Order: sequence, then structure tokens, then C-alpha cells
Amino acid sequence: MISESVVDLSRWQFAATSLYHFLFVPLTLGLSFLLAIMESTYLMTGREIYKDMTQFWGKLFGINFALGVATGLTMEFEFGMNWSYFSHYVGDVFGAPLAIEGLMAFFLEATFVGLFFFGWDKLTKWQHLIVTWLVAFGTNLSALWILVANGWMQNPVGADFNYETMRMEVTHFADLIFNPAAQVKFVHTVAAGYTTAAAFVLGISAYYMLNGRDAAFARRSYTIAAGFGLAACLSVIVLGDESGYTDGEVQKAKLAAIEAEWHTEPPPASFTAIGFPDQEKMETAYAIKIPWVLGLIGTRSIDEPITGLTEILEKNRVRVRNGMKAYGLLQTLRTGEKTPETIAEFNRYKKDLGYGMLLKRYTEKVVDATDAQIELAAQYSIPRVVPLFWTFRVMVGCGFIMLGVFIWAMFASSLRRCRQTTLLKWSLYMMPLPWIACETGWFVAEFGRQPWTIAEVLPTFLSASSLTEWDLYISLSGFIGLYTLFLVIELFLMLKFIKLGPSSLHKGRYHFEIAEGVDHV
Amino acid sequence: MFDYETLRCIWWLFLGVLLIGVAVMMGFDLGIAVLLPFLGKTDTERRVIINSVGATWEGNQTWFVTAGGALFAAFPMVYSVAFSGFYLALLLTLFALMMRPLGFDYRSKLPSERWRSNWDKALFVGGFVPALIFGVAFGNLLQGVPFHLDNDMRIFYDGSFWSLLNPFALLSGLLSVAMLTTHGAVYLQLRTEGEIQQRCEKAVMLFTIMMLVIFALAGVWVANIDGYAITSNILHDAPSNPLNKVVEKTAGLWMHNYQQYPLLILVPSLGFMAGVLTILLSKQQYLKSAFVSSSLTITSIILTAGVSMFPFLIPASQSINHSLTVWDASSSHTTLAIMFWVTVVFLPLIIVYTSWVFRVLSGKITLEHIHNNDHTAY
Repeated sequence: MISESVVDLSRWQFAATSLYHFLFVPLTLGLSFLLAIMESTYLMTGREIYKDMTQFWGKLFGINFALGVATGLTMEFEFGMNWSYFSHYVGDVFGAPLAIEGLMAFFLEATFVGLFFFGWDKLTKWQHLIVTWLVAFGTNLSALWILVANGWMQNPVGADFNYETMRMEVTHFADLIFNPAAQVKFVHTVAAGYTTAAAFVLGISAYYMLNGRDAAFARRSYTIAAGFGLAACLSVIVLGDESGYTDGEVQKAKLAAIEAEWHTEPPPASFTAIGFPDQEKMETAYAIKIPWVLGLIGTRSIDEPITGLTEILEKNRVRVRNGMKAYGLLQTLRTGEKTPETIAEFNRYKKDLGYGMLLKRYTEKVVDATDAQIELAAQYSIPRVVPLFWTFRVMVGCGFIMLGVFIWAMFASSLRRCRQTTLLKWSLYMMPLPWIACETGWFVAEFGRQPWTIAEVLPTFLSASSLTEWDLYISLSGFIGLYTLFLVIELFLMLKFIKLGPSSLHKGRYHFEIAEGVDHV
Repeated sequence: MFDYETLRCIWWLFLGVLLIGVAVMMGFDLGIAVLLPFLGKTDTERRVIINSVGATWEGNQTWFVTAGGALFAAFPMVYSVAFSGFYLALLLTLFALMMRPLGFDYRSKLPSERWRSNWDKALFVGGFVPALIFGVAFGNLLQGVPFHLDNDMRIFYDGSFWSLLNPFALLSGLLSVAMLTTHGAVYLQLRTEGEIQQRCEKAVMLFTIMMLVIFALAGVWVANIDGYAITSNILHDAPSNPLNKVVEKTAGLWMHNYQQYPLLILVPSLGFMAGVLTILLSKQQYLKSAFVSSSLTITSIILTAGVSMFPFLIPASQSINHSLTVWDASSSHTTLAIMFWVTVVFLPLIIVYTSWVFRVLSGKITLEHIHNNDHTAY
């Protein structure tokens, strides 16, 4: 049995490194498309200013991209380094989308990104445009495959447990790709990325306009960002991730926890807008409920119920008991007694094997669990409501504020009246919101899946590698130290180039060059 | 279409192709980073060196990322044992590799001398440390890794970080550094002119000789260390379970494959010949051929390790029966088949567009080029 502190430290490390990685990913996802749009406009209109826009926002894209690449490598290493039992147990399934991501997406993105930066004089205009689109396409394709992998962790379809190899194996690969949890996740995540990039361009352009600099450049950038951002922000909200939460029991538990839905209500369920959930009493104090809304969001119907936590807990008590039987039968099979009866019996119970493994937290042998331990395991299978309830509301709140600003910005831009101080200030100060929404969103998705790494299949506490505490102290402090340093350097460079603005292109036609009287080069 | 046994062999080959891809493509980037502080005397010269790979290093590094992903998908147990067992060594590699994207992209964005020289050091570390540790890892694989599995297939590593740094492993590490530095010097010679190019020629000579001497030394050493062989019956198409076989560990067993198939001796021999050829071609200024020849040397050296160990992937040095082999550590038949088709479709495509990108970006990087592109070049 591995120690609880090793598991906790491994979880902290994975959470910290993946949330950190995702500071850079959404901007890459969205900005690559914005660059492609700007460059397409350059080719359609033939106006140099759109080329300048592509190159300047491209510079900021590059600064962000470098850290995305650096911290992305960590993710691929960490599955094996810190979660080796997970990697063995589900590698047959989970490894495939990661490998496909490399072959299909990373190569495309990484090979052409160099040409994007250094190919301006070596390619025709059309060739360069194609290169830019390929980069955008590659980054988004990589999001697709990583979310197929993550979607499978939330709703593990198309695979089956094999007692001979003691792991999950692929049975229907198409189910894996067309997993509804993965599809919804992909759309939601890339749209969040587009929103992030739009908010980034919108905010910085607003800053230039507020300072009365580079008006033509800023206004054009602002308009493109406003349109792109509005479309993206609407998609994020309409195609919310929770619409995929009806597939899979753990997804249902997650949805119930987010909404503090303690008991199943007659459909369509009401939405608890705000309140103070209390997990021990299983009730929400001062709840303000809006009738019908949750049922509509969660099930897209008015007659399907949303299962409450009490009912889920009730089911899970039975599943833990079945899982105990499955685990016992598995031990018999592993010792070589493969009678057809044992195999048949095992197949009957094996979908609950994961629930049986939850008992490993309380008893090494599992099969000797007492009623009290079974109750503990069942309780443990329910996610913690309070953190999920609040982070979800922070995310949604950020989303609606951004939507408001984007609508306003879009209207003002189309009336050619975006240079109003209040709007520009709102555009500038909302810049942190997409990042807050992205990070809280991932927290909801991953913390809401606990106690599992693979929903209903493999508990988190069994997934970790058998490392020592010292291994973890060394790696965790290394990550914290290096990542902090990197962030300081990145922000320093980013702010420097944002302040310089398009003058950093040395084209001789922007604010600081004109102010200092620099000639055309 | 293919049976399980064939697919396992194909995936052993694919893994070899990907590893060779890593060494050939990412290898010259790493080698050039190692050479950076020695061959670049001024800031502009260092920028010439950096820009010789500036536009393509990212795609090259993807070979490494993809090899990692493919190992995970095709041999999950191997991926799990190697990455968790070599925990601190890989952490070090990871931290070193992180210096590269930042070093390339950030270094020349500011004019400050201190800023730039710090990034130069970071780039050197980002080249040298991974090159060394890749070799050290291979050295440890050849000797066997101290791990065991329990009945639930949970992995336990019984060694320490320091035990990885044994003499044979360090020698392998040096071999890897010499090999990739040679390769970097050849590529740099191809992409530069004048003084830097002449310095490259000397570096090619020096590091090739170093590489060949170490390769010979390591060969003699391997013939005398403990090798491994499967002594029980093993079904080549059984479900992957590394606990179902008996393994023998005796000195000289790594020579077994050569005794059984004497023609295999061509593999290391080719390495020596291609190495000598690289020096000659580099001297005669047939630089593209020199690059091909250097790639061939790398291919032979990696294949030598592979064919010596086949079918072993990670021998277990203490619980020897738990060793991971091609026959009992792979993914399921279905996964290997799916990944086979994905690879045969996409790998050629990757090679086609990568070649196109290299063609577009071909030509010498000169001092004038850096002057003229002061604000856009790395």
C-alpha cells in the first residue's frame, strides 16, 4: 500500500502543473485562429496593416507558445512518473489518443510554427497563409485528442477489464472517439480558448486606444476580437460542459454536487442560483432556487430527472458490496483457478470492481471489509460539494460578465463607436476573467470526478506511483521554483512587448517610432 | 490483418524507428546546443548557431514527444516502469528540456548581454543534460533495472537515483553525448560558412573519434556484463503478463543473438564504417552526405543496443522473472492494430511535410542574415 501523503503530494503536483500548463493553452488555441483570420484579411484586402497585426499578435503568441510547449512536456512525463499504476491499468486505452495526438496534431503544429515566424520572406503570401491555418488547425486537433483521453477518464466507454493482464483494454475504439463526454468537452474547451484569446486582444487594443496610440491598428484588432469573442463566448455558454453530464454515473454525481442537488426532484429540477451547501446535513441553507432551469441545462428536456446525491449514495452502497465480490473473484482468477463458473460470476460483478477497490483505503484485503468500512467507502464515492458548488458559480459568473462586454463591444464596433472610455475600461479590466473561468472550469471537471482517476474504474489513491515522500518533495519544490521563475520572466517579456505595441515590429510607422522620429527602414 | 505476434514485432520496430527519429532529428539540435558556448565566440556567431535550428527545432522535438506517446500506447508497462523508476533522472531531463523553448524564443528578444548569456547557458544545459541522461538510461536498461511487480501489477522500484549513475551507464551517457554532438557539428557545418564552419569540421573529427572509441569500449564491456535470456516457454501471442516466465541472467548472454544470427554483427560494424565515413565526407565538404552518414552511425548504434537485448525491453535485475519483453509487456492486439494503421498513415505524411519545411528553410545562415533580421531572428 502506498502512503497517503505520497498520493496527496502527487495530486498536488499534478493539479499545480496541469493548471499552470492551462494558463498558456487557451491563448494558443484561440490566438492561432485569430492570427489566421487577420492574415486572411491581409490577403483579401491587400492592406499592410493586417500583416502588421498578424506579426505583432504573432510575437505575443510566440512568447506564450514557448511556455505552453515547455510545460506541456511535463504532462506527458507525469502520467508515467507519478501515476504509473494508472498508466499500466489504462495505458492500453488512454495511451492511444496521446500517441495519435503526437502523430496527427503536435507534428503539424510544431513543424509549421517555425515557418509561421521565419517563413514570411521564403514563402508566397498564399503559402504563408496556409501555414498559419495549419498551425491553428494543429493546435485545435491536439485539443481534440487530449480531450478524447480526458473524456474517457470521465466516462470510460469502449473498453473492458481483462483479468489476465489486470488492466482495461480497448473493445470499441470508435466509442472512445465518439464518446459524448469527450465531444462536449472538446467544443466547450476550444470555445473557451477562443474566448480567452479574444479577451486578450480586446483588452490590449483597448489599452492602446485609452492611451491614444496606434488608433488604426488598435481599432481593427478590437473589432476582430469583439466579433470572434462574441461568437466564442456564446458557444461556451450554450455548449456548456455540463450538457455531457448525463452520461455515466460519476458525471451525474458531479452534476448533483455542482448544483448541491441533495435529493432527486420531480423534473424539471430547479437551479440553485446561490446558497450555502452543508455536506454533513445534506442541505443547502439560504438557497435561492430558480424553477426548471437545472432540468433544462442538465438534461435538455423537461421530463428527465436529475439524480440527487442521496439516491446516488444509496446505489453506491450496493455497488461497493458487489465490487467486494468482484475483487474476491478476481483474486481467485489470478491464482489460476479459471473455472467457467468463476469467470461467469466475475463477469457478472466486474462493472463494480472499481467500487470494491475503494475499500482498499480501509482494508488491504478488501474481501474482509466490515459494514462500517463499506459505509465509509460509499460515502467516499460522493464528491465534496462545497468547493464544486462555488468554483462552478465563479466560472459561470465570469462567463456572463464576458458575454455582456463582448455584446457591448460588438455593437459599439459595428456602429464604429468603440472609442468610449467606459467600454474600453471594461474591456481592459476584464482581461483576467477568461483565465479564472478556465482554471475553475478544470477544477470542477477534475475535482468533481473524485475519488476516481477513471470514473468507476480506478480510484485516485491507487493510481499513484510507489514513490517516496522525498521524491515528491524534490520534484514539487523544483516545479514550484522553476515555474514561478518562468512566469516572472514570461510576464516581464509579455508586458514589455505589450507596452511597446506594434512599434516592436520596427516598421517605422507606429507610435514610438514616429514619436522618436525614426525613419522608415 | 496481422496476428498478435507479428504486431508485437512491428511495434518493436516502430519504437526503434521513433527512437532513431528522436536521435537523428532532435539529436542535432541537442548537439548544437552542446557546441553553442564553444563554437560561438561573439553574440552574432552564437545567434548564427541558434538560428541554424531556430525554425525547425520544435518539429524535431516532436519526435521525442511522439516516441513517448507511442511507448505509452504500445508498451504501457514499459512506459510505467521506466518513467516511475527513473523518476529523478527524468525530472532532471524534463527541467533541462524546458530551458529550450524559452531559450530559443526569449534569448534575442532583449539586447541585454547578461540576459543573453544566461539563456546561452540554459540552452547548453537543455542540450547536454538530456543527451547525457538518454545514454545513461540505455546503459541502465542493458544492465537491468531493479524493480519488481506485485500480483496486482503494481510497480516497485528498489534502486536509488545514485545507483543509476554507475560506471557503465556513465560511459553510455558519454557515448550518447559524443554521438549527438557529432551529429550537431555535421548539421551546423552544413548550415554555416567561414570560421564557424571550420570550427565545426574540427568538432566533427574530435567527437566522431571519441564516439567510436567509446562505442568499441562499451561493446567489449557489454560482452562481459550479465545479459538476460528467457528459459521457459513463452507464448508470443498470449495476453501480456510479465509474471508468467522464467529468466536467466549470466555474463555474456547479450552476445547470444549474435551467435545465433551471425549476420547481425553487420549492425555495429556499419556504425564504425559510417563513423569513419562521416569524418572523410566532412573533410571533403560533402556535407549533405556527411549528414546522412552521421544519421546512419546513430541508427547503427541504437540498433546495436536493440538487437543485443531483443526480446527484452527492460530486464529486471533482481526479480529477474519480472523482466519486461516484447511478448509480455505490450498493449492488446486491438490497440496495437489500431495504432499500426494510424502510424502507417501519418508517419509518411509527417516525413513529407517535414522535408518540405526543411527545403523551404534550407541555405546558409550567415552573419549578414543575423544583422539584416536583427529584430525577427532568434
